[in-house]
Amino acid sequence: MSANQRKKRLNKKDAYKYMTRLGWDTTYQKEEDVFPYLEMEGLKIHDWEAWEDPFRMTMDSYWKLQAEKDKKLYSIIDAFAQNNGQKNISDGRYVNALKLFITGITPLEYKVVQGFSHAARAFKGEGASIACQMQAIDELRHFQTQVHTMSHYNKYFDGFSEHTTMHDRVWYLSVPKSFGDDASTAGPFEYLAAISFSFEFVLTSLLFVPFMSGAAYNGDMATVTFGFSAQSDESRHMTLGLSAIKFMLEQDADNVPIVQKWMDKWLWRGYRLLGLVSMMMDYMLPNSPTSWGESVELYIEQNCMALYKDLEKYGIKAPTDLINTIVAEKGHLSHQVWNIFYNHTNAAAFHTWMPEEDKMNWLSEKYPDTFDKYYRPMFERYIELEKKGERFYSEVLPQICQVCQIPMGFTDIEGGNPEVYTVETSEFNGEKFHTCSKGCKHIFEAQPEKYIQAWLPPNQIFQGNCGGATIPEVLKWYQIDHGVDNLDYVGSPDEAMWNKLKNK
Amino acid sequence: MAVQSIGEYPIIMKDKIENFNGNQLVFINWHAHRVVSSPRAFPLPPEMPFAALLTDIIPICYKIEPDFEDLDFDKTEVIWEVDGEVINPDFSKSLKENGVGHKSIIKFITPSLTGKVGV
Repeated sequence: MSANQRKKRLNKKDAYKYMTRLGWDTTYQKEEDVFPYLEMEGLKIHDWEAWEDPFRMTMDSYWKLQAEKDKKLYSIIDAFAQNNGQKNISDGRYVNALKLFITGITPLEYKVVQGFSHAARAFKGEGASIACQMQAIDELRHFQTQVHTMSHYNKYFDGFSEHTTMHDRVWYLSVPKSFGDDASTAGPFEYLAAISFSFEFVLTSLLFVPFMSGAAYNGDMATVTFGFSAQSDESRHMTLGLSAIKFMLEQDADNVPIVQKWMDKWLWRGYRLLGLVSMMMDYMLPNSPTSWGESVELYIEQNCMALYKDLEKYGIKAPTDLINTIVAEKGHLSHQVWNIFYNHTNAAAFHTWMPEEDKMNWLSEKYPDTFDKYYRPMFERYIELEKKGERFYSEVLPQICQVCQIPMGFTDIEGGNPEVYTVETSEFNGEKFHTCSKGCKHIFEAQPEKYIQAWLPPNQIFQGNCGGATIPEVLKWYQIDHGVDNLDYVGSPDEAMWNKLKNK
Repeated sequence: MAVQSIGEYPIIMKDKIENFNGNQLVFINWHAHRVVSSPRAFPLPPEMPFAALLTDIIPICYKIEPDFEDLDFDKTEVIWEVDGEVINPDFSKSLKENGVGHKSIIKFITPSLTGKVGV
């Protein structure tokens, strides 16, 4: 029998230390060669040890926790499939919200795996690196579980299967794609300000809450379960976002104006991206738990303003101009975005439709000052045209914003001209660049060298880089099956499938 | 805040006129008309006569607007703007000769047709 006693296990504190403190000081290479991004953005960091890791999680506990969550999620996904869960959703129209999610947001989850891995490598502080690494792995899991959750719908409905190619090519998906590319091509500190803070902390409630509560209101238990499975990760990501911002602000007073610029920029970038979510909430969900306007009141006017109040002690100011525009647009945004997609559904990978009477009434009730005055008459005329067999599809391409890449269909509400499209123009290197708003114009003018390289889908089509010059050629290159994935919901194979599932 | 970079940052003019196969990019907007959900984009030859906008471009773009059937370029009062400046176009002359350049915005305002839908 061996006389050697088994070594005592490390206590939790030491285990955490040994499993996360893997950094070292450089000896034979210069530090700035090993960490080239540390000073690039002008931020001053004096003490990396001040980075708080609020979760103090180690990899062994992380795997265990995630494995348990996956086990629960996959058993529910299996049950959903075995019980033909697709029959229990509120209406066939609902799956179009999922199509928008899997083509627009799910590939972004994958994109941020790269972003957080890069940030983890770029930082010298081990607390910061380990938090970024864990988030990178979380996001990979979210990408996978979202694809697996929605794959069940792919058996019955169109528009899901080519989501990764579509994300890279289709015109409106350049909105989320360019958002992710903009963030991941910034330095690591701006990346955290953009994704961890502005997106995960400030705006996530406007993305995940509507999707997951929307799923619950429309009988989609598979997606609800995915939401629960991601929830504890999300709360960790939000905490990382806030601790990252506070760390940057506390390290040096000179950091404050830099961080302020990033916060302003990414609030606006995120808000414009969420324009897609606004139409999802108000139009694509057959049963809407809450309207876009109500969400702006809760999450922007109340929660976001309270957050800025908290950060006041560091010298951070609320971007009043941007917030005023967001508030002014709240009664118009979702209707304008839906009209854009109704115009261009012939080139989209999901269906649109005109709301039925009860939905119109809901919109009138939620938007008493705007819907009946500006949008209902327009939509009722569309319905008349549809009845005559003249459903409107645009034959021509939109002008899109150089920064957010959304068609320039936002009107000048603050200026008292809710029927006039806003166009802002800048010049750089002898060429004109047009943006949809003061917010986007300001972002362009701060870094024109970045946004002049934007891959704007209509312009790329005209340059001959998207499969051809005609809409059928471009659709083929997009991998959109004409007459199947696109056009109105009414008369679509999706509608026929829904009627078959419901024995209508 | 210029772009921060660890190397030299290139200037890439993605939409320079040379990339458009002899065309220039032109944007069209009928003021205050919202059925057409945003200004529209077209690759047009700089030598194209301005009149061709009226016969070839504006109809395919704006025939969906309820005001379109009352729009008669011989009779309706139209104010033309190129990049925010009011112009008196010579319809027989080219876009270029009328001051329309690469990425110009042509806006036309019809004081008698105000884009009201169903009101």
